Amino acid sequence: MEEKRIILLSCGSFEREFLKRISGEVEASFRHPVVTEECHLDLSPFYNPARRQYDGDRLLHQIPGCPKTEYTKIIGLFRVDLYIPILTYIFGQAILGQKTAVASVYRLRNELYGLKPDEELLLSRTVKEVVHELGHTFGLIHCHSMTCVMRSSTYVEEIDLKDTLFCPRCRALLDNQ
Amino acid sequence: MAEKISILIVDDEESVRDSLLNWFIEDGYSVECAENAKAALHLLEDREFDIILADIKMPGMDGMEMHRRIRALNRDSIVIIMTAFASVDTAVQALKDGAFDYITKPFDPDDLSHLIRNAAAQISLKSENETLKKRVTSLENIDDLIGKSEAIRQVLKQIENVAQSNSSVIITGESGTGKELVARAIHANSPRRYFPMISVHCGALTESLLESELFGHEKGAFTGATFNRKGRFEMADGGTIFLDEIATISPKMQIELLRVLETKSFVRVGGNKEITSDFRVICATNRDLSSMVKNGTFREDLFYRLNVVNINIPPLRERVDDIPLLVNHFIGKYCTSMSRDLITIEPAALRHLERFEFPGNVRELENMIERAIVIGNGREIRLKDLPLGREVADTTLESLDEVEKRHIEQILAKYDWNVSRSARALNVDRVTLYNKIRKYGLKQQK
Repeated sequence: MEEKRIILLSCGSFEREFLKRISGEVEASFRHPVVTEECHLDLSPFYNPARRQYDGDRLLHQIPGCPKTEYTKIIGLFRVDLYIPILTYIFGQAILGQKTAVASVYRLRNELYGLKPDEELLLSRTVKEVVHELGHTFGLIHCHSMTCVMRSSTYVEEIDLKDTLFCPRCRALLDNQ
Repeated sequence: MAEKISILIVDDEESVRDSLLNWFIEDGYSVECAENAKAALHLLEDREFDIILADIKMPGMDGMEMHRRIRALNRDSIVIIMTAFASVDTAVQALKDGAFDYITKPFDPDDLSHLIRNAAAQISLKSENETLKKRVTSLENIDDLIGKSEAIRQVLKQIENVAQSNSSVIITGESGTGKELVARAIHANSPRRYFPMISVHCGALTESLLESELFGHEKGAFTGATFNRKGRFEMADGGTIFLDEIATISPKMQIELLRVLETKSFVRVGGNKEITSDFRVICATNRDLSSMVKNGTFREDLFYRLNVVNINIPPLRERVDDIPLLVNHFIGKYCTSMSRDLITIEPAALRHLERFEFPGNVRELENMIERAIVIGNGREIRLKDLPLGREVADTTLESLDEVEKRHIEQILAKYDWNVSRSARALNVDRVTLYNKIRKYGLKQQK
């Protein structure tokens, strides 16, 4: 049986330790090996000067061709502010039940909201966002459980309220695949 | 909840459609897209959507026109208009035209979530409301009027015709024919059905009590009036008031009633504040009101005010065809309420019921069936379970042989086909009875 492999594609400058801790958490969540790869993608074609943001939809369709290794799921991690045409911003985006997802740390940083930097909090938020978007690639939809990582979050405070774990129902759906 | 809600996205920009599609699918909604208003209307011909998110500016037909067409299709979908800043005025117009809300592009993710959540809550309330309305309707259904005879069909047709109007109705018919049931059916099928139907049995109340009952009273109006009380006319606001045994009300009450019917306003007993109430009047009587008018015991003006439509319910003896249906209906009703298995009725018993006069009409038949189920053998209603004390007039039997056959049959049924006991009751020997059974080809009903 083919081993399921998840790729965490670093599309920006991230500390190695930061990526290592994220991949460790993702591996624990999905129980599949996670490989971290760097990608030197030129983001300028995805930049929208009017919005001063990057098109998450187009990036979502761009990253599948980037990695060198085989994979079953891939998530591109960005430092830039992402949007989709209809929304003012997104934390991340995935194609439900497909292979690809993107996430950005841009709006997860405390500094954006005039607060003191908190690297641990940033890591926790990033892990939740990455696990959430990858959850969508495994076919999971938003969950109404307050603490489930698959709960929809439109504000960063909502990300803080939820856990990094799946609720029993989402866990069961994931394990049954 | 979310899984059940369907959303149609109508926008000419593919990126917008895809973004929204992806966003809503992640929320577990059922989503479809249309690239223009024409395609959306085409989709709406075949299926319903709970929510329609439509761009206001599209080539060809715009979102506003599409919204109007959706309304013309009489669809209950919640329409949310998507607009750019420049067209907020138009979006406000859309709201005036009945759109649920509008949202300005690009949306804040939280605004979109809230908007859809509010729409979902509205859908949920609407569906709950529909369910409750259906439950109310099923409580007072026209189906309770059982019968296939021409007479009952006429009554049903009259109910259907009169239900939608606001006219006063007098229901006439002998006691036990189901006058209140007809009144309930009129109310249940009228636009007033979601408001109360208040029944007043005028014959059971004295003049002063009836006055207080109908108009209400203020605290201290009379001895024992320790609190303010709403009258039945006030309670029936928006609905129907059913005045049973209207012929029994006193001349003074007739004047009061006429005044209320004309002005739809009244004063509580002991009060001085004019109260108005919007009600419909349905009256019932088993007496001939027109002859009461002639002999001066019922006011002519009140009679004409009430007698806009007259529905006469024929007595049960004039609609014998309905008896088997009614019997089955009451068997079903009482077996269910007594948690018993459904039973049948033996043909001889049914034949007797069909020949019975039923002075108490359907009410008497209902009581008979209830009693028979209680005292019976739990399998079928037998002739001996029915309290048919009075002689059954049977003008269809002509020959002596026929009368003899019927009588022997009745006696055999009464004694469960015990030939010895039946012979004793008939004052003949067993051999004679056997011969008669053979002669008339009588057989015990299994």
